[in-house]
Amino acid sequence: MKYERDPERIRRVLGDKVQFIQGDMAVTYGAVLAGCSFFGGYPITPASEVAEGAARLFPRVKATFIQMEDEIGSIGAVIGAAWSGAKAMTATSGPGFSLMMENYGYAIMTETPCVIANVQRTGPSTGQPTLGAQGDMMQARWGSHGDMEAIALAPSTVQESMDMTIESFNLSEKYRHPVCLMTDGEVGHLREKIVIPDEDEMELVERVPATIDKEQFIPFTDSQTQEGSKVPDFPTFGTGYRTYVTGLTHNEKGFPATDKPPDHQRLIKRIVSKITDDREALTNVEKIELDDAEIAFVTFGASARPAESAVRMARKKGMKVGMLRMKLVWPFPRKVVHDLSKKVNTIIVPEMNLGQMVHPITEYAAKDCEIISAPKVGGEMHLPDELFEILEGV
Amino acid sequence: MKKEIRICGFGGQGVILAGFIIGKAACVFSDFNAVQSQSYGPEARGGAARSEVIISDEKIGYPRPTGVDLYVAMAQEAFDTYRSDVRDDTVIIIDPDLVPKHDIGRPLYKVQVQKIAEELGNKIVTNIAMVGAMTGIYDLLDKEAVKKAVIDSVPKRFTDLNINAFEKGYEAGKNARPE
Repeated sequence: MKYERDPERIRRVLGDKVQFIQGDMAVTYGAVLAGCSFFGGYPITPASEVAEGAARLFPRVKATFIQMEDEIGSIGAVIGAAWSGAKAMTATSGPGFSLMMENYGYAIMTETPCVIANVQRTGPSTGQPTLGAQGDMMQARWGSHGDMEAIALAPSTVQESMDMTIESFNLSEKYRHPVCLMTDGEVGHLREKIVIPDEDEMELVERVPATIDKEQFIPFTDSQTQEGSKVPDFPTFGTGYRTYVTGLTHNEKGFPATDKPPDHQRLIKRIVSKITDDREALTNVEKIELDDAEIAFVTFGASARPAESAVRMARKKGMKVGMLRMKLVWPFPRKVVHDLSKKVNTIIVPEMNLGQMVHPITEYAAKDCEIISAPKVGGEMHLPDELFEILEGV
Repeated sequence: MKKEIRICGFGGQGVILAGFIIGKAACVFSDFNAVQSQSYGPEARGGAARSEVIISDEKIGYPRPTGVDLYVAMAQEAFDTYRSDVRDDTVIIIDPDLVPKHDIGRPLYKVQVQKIAEELGNKIVTNIAMVGAMTGIYDLLDKEAVKKAVIDSVPKRFTDLNINAFEKGYEAGKNARPE
């Protein structure tokens, strides 16, 4: 399945450069711009609009939309499409994300590039379908069994919902790894202005295809054509490169090696370190008013918005408060958080959960930095006033 | 400058579209930032629905209103449900036919937007007449910007009907005085 990305057609279908749209729809726009040619999904509030948008737009850019029978089928179809050469994605929310966890691990193990947008709602189980939350942050990191690394981004705005979808595809292609776009019901249903990037304002990354002589091709080893890369060249199905794809521990040739510890060690260390080796390069944060800050919020996604409002309130009163916003939450930006914790006295972590990202923040912060967890559940964002009160109490 | 607007009614009246048009007028056809959010019940028709828009010339952090500068109601139940955080200086606009019990001991703007829509032959444009009335009463957005946003947001075959509703609503809004 060779998809010809047609920039002119894409722009014609997406329409005006400046629009006022929902976060969910912006995810669809990002997918179209990135050249995603396969969407397999199952509707679920508050993620349904991503699929609705894909159902409307994908056929018009000659891409494929399919509504599967459930979320397990959805991610299965996405993985299959990816192996046939497509940039592929699905979108879901909590209960669907849980159903996808087995194949999430399969995608990690088989080094399948794909994107999973999780428009988070409260949980566990079916929770509050229409209300936003950030309760799946650890599920993205640890949701599959076994040892794994994760790549996950968290947009705070509608513009970022589009931009980070493109970035999710780029990272998934670069590392041959499923990427989680951890948005939420709040940002997903918000309408804001977006500016659609022109072709020369975007960078698109494509997976490195297998090009070596077919007889010499080894499917699950360091790149055979790119010096120093731990990401194997991709043998698209149908191109004649013999590949056996399995979730079982496999040797470099792809065949099961279930009773051989060295093969497992080599495989797992490679698929984890291909990401963690680049931890610093991947780190992507926004720093607001941090130069002289004594107190800092460390935030991500929707909860960064009231936190930024609280920073502005505090600054007006002369308080030295700033904010570090993690745009990429996994792999965890250890160094930047550690460096911040040595500069400020207190870090406050507001999250729409009972306290998840506060754990790695505490783990990597300097021991003499005070860490305050500021959780909120129930489907509502923090109010700026609530966060300001916490600041006043420090 | 930051203005927080709440438009409420019952599900199916188009209050979300009304908020969407105001937001689009602010940030696509004018030079403001805007966010629009909404809340509604599971019903396709009926139930109280609300649409909220924040318009600012600065970056908008917290995306929900923390106070209401402009409160617009098109149904009694919604008027009663979502009124709790209006302030003394909040501008209130209602359709007195849709919100008959509106005596809350303070002046408010009354515009018969549903009647305007009915006179144009289709009650469905009540929301657009209200968008016109809001634009006429509340001095924030340029009329032409809102008009462009209306044209951009309604089905092409109904452009004339919607523009007529907008114009009549605007006129009624311009002539309205708080009472």
